[in-house]
Formats: sequence, C-alpha cells, structure tokens
Amino acid sequence: MRVVDLLNFAWQVVRGSLARTLLILLAMGIGVAAVVMVTALGEGARLYVANQFGSLGSNLIIVLPGRSETAGAMPGVLVGKTPRDLTLEDALALKRSHAVRRVAPLIIGAGDVRAGARSRESPVLGSTAELIDIRQMDMAQGSFLPEGDPRHSQPVCVIGATVASELFGTRPALGEWLRVGDRRFRVIGVLKIQGESLGSNTDEIVIVPLAAAQALFNTEALFRILVEAKSRDQIADAKADVEEIIRLRHEGERDVTVITQDAVLATFDRILNALTLTVASIAAISLAVAGILIMNVMLIAVTQRRREIGLLKALGATGRQIRLVFFTEAVLLASGGAAAGLAVGELGRSLAVQLYPAIPFQAPWWALVAAPAIALITAVLFTVAPARRAAMLDPVQALSRR
Amino acid sequence: MIRLSGIERTFLVGSEEVHALRAVSLEIARGEYLSIMGPSGSGKSTLLNIVGLLDRPNAGIYELDERDVTALTDDELARVRREKIGFVFQFFHFVPRLTAVQNIELPMILAGIDPAERRQRLARLLAEYGLEERAGHRPDQLSGGQCQRVAIARAMSMGPTVILADEPTGNLDRHTGQEVLSVLEKVHHKGGTVVIVTHYPEIGARSHRRLRMLDGAGVADERD
Ligand SMILES: Nc1ncnc2c1ncn2[C@@H]1O[C@H](COP(=O)(O)OP(=O)(O)O)[C@@H](O)[C@H]1O
Ligand SMILES: [Mg+2]
Repeated sequence: MRVVDLLNFAWQVVRGSLARTLLILLAMGIGVAAVVMVTALGEGARLYVANQFGSLGSNLIIVLPGRSETAGAMPGVLVGKTPRDLTLEDALALKRSHAVRRVAPLIIGAGDVRAGARSRESPVLGSTAELIDIRQMDMAQGSFLPEGDPRHSQPVCVIGATVASELFGTRPALGEWLRVGDRRFRVIGVLKIQGESLGSNTDEIVIVPLAAAQALFNTEALFRILVEAKSRDQIADAKADVEEIIRLRHEGERDVTVITQDAVLATFDRILNALTLTVASIAAISLAVAGILIMNVMLIAVTQRRREIGLLKALGATGRQIRLVFFTEAVLLASGGAAAGLAVGELGRSLAVQLYPAIPFQAPWWALVAAPAIALITAVLFTVAPARRAAMLDPVQALSRR
Repeated sequence: MIRLSGIERTFLVGSEEVHALRAVSLEIARGEYLSIMGPSGSGKSTLLNIVGLLDRPNAGIYELDERDVTALTDDELARVRREKIGFVFQFFHFVPRLTAVQNIELPMILAGIDPAERRQRLARLLAEYGLEERAGHRPDQLSGGQCQRVAIARAMSMGPTVILADEPTGNLDRHTGQEVLSVLEKVHHKGGTVVIVTHYPEIGARSHRRLRMLDGAGVADERD
C-alpha cells in the first residue's frame, strides 16, 4: 500500500466524521497551545528580567547594609540584625581594590521639589559624579554632577526628563533654580528619557551631590554602594575585595551584603526556568489526556468499523496494513491538532505582546519542537492498542451480521 | 486448481462442539461454474470461507494452484487472497464513505499497484459492468443490483483465479437477482471460475455442477 493511498484513505475517514475529528483537534490543539503559551510567558519573563538587569549597568556589584541570611536572595527580601551603617568612608575605601574601577555611594529619599509655583514629590538621589557611568545613564542637556571631594557639595542638581517638563514646562530647565525641602539647587543637567529600570524610573528623579543629600535627609548612612568591577572576569575578585575591606573597617564583622549582578541573574534564571518547566509539564499533561481521548475514539472506531476492517481483510489487507491505516489516521489527527495548537499559541503570544509590549514573549525553541512531538508520540502510542485489536479481528466474524 | 481433502471445521459454542464441516473433499477445475446448495446451517458459507482463505480448517489439506495453503501465516494468506480470490457477499459490504469507483479500487490499492495502471483497469471495469454513470456515487445512493455489480467489478479488479459468491442474490428481488446472476455468468463465459452458494434450486439448475450439502458434509456432486 502506497503512502499516498494510506494518507488518502485516512483523509477520507477524518473528513467523513467531522464532529469526531474536531473534538480530537480541539483536545490536541488546546494541549499544544497551552505548552506554547505557557513557555512563551515564562521565557518572556526571563528575558525581561535579564534585560532589566542589563540596563542596570555592566559588571555591577551592589553593597547594602545588613547581612543577608540566604545567599543569592533578592535585595527586597533581606533579613538581618540591626547592622552597622555604611558610610561614605566605607565607599571611598573600596577604591583601594585593584579590581574596582568606579564607586558610587547612594542615598535615596523622597523630597518635595518645587520651582516657582509648581511642585511635585520626587525620589531624591544623593551620589557622586561616577554614578552616571556605573548606571549607564545618558544626558539630554548639560552635564552630570561635578567631580571633586564628595564630602563637600555645590548647590547643583541633575533632573529627570519628566521632572524637567513638569516643573519648567517647555522653558529650558538648564541654569534654573529649584528647591528641595529647604535647600536650593541650580539645574546643571537633564537626563535623557530612559524609562523604567527594575522598578525605579530615572525620568522622575532628582540627583543631588551626596553631601547635600546627607544634609537634606539628616543622615550619614548610605542606602547602598554601587561598585563597578574593571571587567567581567574581575567581578569575583572585586566582590572578595569589597567584602574584605568592609569587614576590616567594621571591626571584623561581616555585616553587609554584596550582590553581584551575575548571581542575582542566575538565581532569577533558575527560578523562572524551573517555573516555566513546571507549568509546561502541567500543560503537557493535557496532551496525554488528548492521547487517551484518541485511544478511546480509536477503540470506538474499531468497533464501529468492524465490518469495514473485515472487508479490507477479505480484499487482501495484511495485519500490518490494517495497523498502518489506524496509525496514519492518528498521525493525521495529531498533526492537524499540533498545527492548530501552534497557530493558536502564536495568536495568544502576539496578543500578549500587544498587551505588554515591554515583555519579549517568545516560546523557546525546545517548546516549539517538544509540544508537537509529544502530541504525535502520544497519538501513536495510544493508537497501538486499538490498531492491534483491529489487525487481529477475525474477518469472518467481522463480516457476519451477528 | 482447487483441491480440498478431508476438511474439518468445528466451532466451540459454549462447551459444545458444532461440526460445521465433516471430512469434505472437493476438487474445482479452472473455468468451472459450480453451485453449492443445501439448507441453512449445512456449512455452505463455512466451506466458501475456507476456499476463500478467510477461515482455516481444523483438519485436512487445501491446495490452491498446486500449493498447500493450510500452513501459511495470516499475512501470507492475505497476499494470496488478494491475488487469487474475488469475494461477492450477500450484504455487499462496502466502505460506506467511499464512492463506487473508490470501492472497486480498494484491492488494487492494497496490492500497491501503481496509479496509472489502476486508472486503466478501473476504466475497463466500469465499462464492462455498466457502471460509468454510477462511478462517483456512494453505496447508499446505489440500487441493490448496482451494488452487486460494483462488488463483482471489485472482485474482478485483481484478475482472480476464482470468484466466490455467497448468496449473491439473497438480498435482491427476483428480477435483479437474475440480472446479477447473468453478470456472474458472463465472468464464467470469459473463462473465469465461479462458485456460487445458494439455496435457490433455479440458480443451481443454471450452473454446470452442483454440490449438495447436508449437516456439514457433501452428499451429492452432480454435473450436467
Ligand atoms: N463463527 C461461528 N461460531 C459458531 N458456530 C458457527 C460459526 N459459523 C458457523 N457456525 C455454525 O456452523 C454451521 C454451518 O454454518 P454456515 O456455514 O453458516 O451454514 P450455511 O451457510 O450453510 O447456512 C451452523 O450450524 C452454524 O451455526
Ligand atoms: Mg450461509
């Protein structure tokens, strides 16, 4: 029996019982589409996080006060005892490491920012000139904070694009004065629009010299220290140096947490991959359910088409040919279901992209291969029993009216 | 060409053995027109199924074209059946979703004959059995007589050694039955071997040889 004839025969069956065919296509399609969409979501989230960290700056090491109990945990979920404060002196000391290129101490607070009659509440960052390079920010106009001794400060500030337009409208902001709390600052630079990056929006911030922020918020304690290693290879060295320098300065206490971007990213990667795999396997179970459905439908078909099978045998069909007829039918249905599922999955993906353009939803290649493959394999496996039963039918019995 | 000797066939019904065939011996030569007659339950169909390799005897030897076929595997039997046997059934038996011409094509498809050759043979068969206008119809759109003509065309598609017809007129009215019978006789006139199972004496009278069966045994074998 030729392949074309087998396909043609199976096609006639598939076309002939439309309701049955649609049911199987639906079951298979839902399974495949579920796998594709779920993995697209997972992969999208993973890529999104990776991009967000990437935009934080390269070779970044973050030092925060307090000891994290679980290594590799996220900054937000730290638990610790009341730690010793991180100070500007700590930050400056870090420059002694040969693996460290730049250091930017950071203080963050909220401030009432006003210019003339307009005002708004903004996050206020106190830092040094090196912040711009570490965070890889770009200037739209003017210049960033001036170099110089961070212990003393000039009354200048750099503002985000949104702040500039809200306080000054279309007027140029450069050279204008604004007030933060009870202090006055002259605008020397406006940041380029950058948008969201890991929850903080640089378009909405005001950056002042560190010493000014210390006075403004009446604290010596740093929120964190951003450190940039000289190269990717030196991140580990820089991290070790940072830990050692701080430990010596803090009387031998390891009371800070040092996070490298790599470690955080790897953790996120692990979590999101595990999540994607778990959910994808749950979705894959729906494929197995579709397989069981195919088996039942085929078993019913063997009973319903008993007479036809008997006839084919009387006309000279071998057992192998009868089995092939059923397998071809199953493969045809599964391929149709898989194709429909891939199409629906792609539709769902592009819909998600429309709704959340920021997240790069994209099913990974292994899911695009595995989902149809599982559909085909389950269909074939679950057809083994019905096909064998059909092939073993006794033609005389099958043809009889009894 | 066909030689049966000492064929036995028993069925187990519950714990009871039913002797459907008892020591049946029969020879059929090429070109014969044979009818198998007898009351219902006398073993006619069982004998025909064994001759057609659809069923196996419990004992005895069956030689087809000088070859012992009693020991062949199921798949080997299927291949021999495909090449040498043409069946015509009382209840027609078609694949209901396929058209008349597609049903006629089935044995050739199973045999893997190439499409060009198939088309040629189909055109010839349709013309020979007057089915050209009905070729694209499905079985449920055909009359009983047309159905049986399609079945005969299908049986002839592989150029078989023998045509086996089990009560081919049993499901037809008298007139249509005559018509189908004359189609089968045409096959015989062209040199084909035809075996018809029937319990109508008139049909038996038209054949050239009658095997009478009773209780699973051949009781008379008469020739004209
Ligand atoms: N598959 C079967 N199982 C049990 N008994 C059967 C089977 N096929 C035939 N028989 C029995 O064998 C005998 C002969 O049957 P059959 O050849 O069909 O007779 P006929 O065709 O002459 O009417 C009958 O008694 C019938 O009941
Ligand atoms: Mg009978």
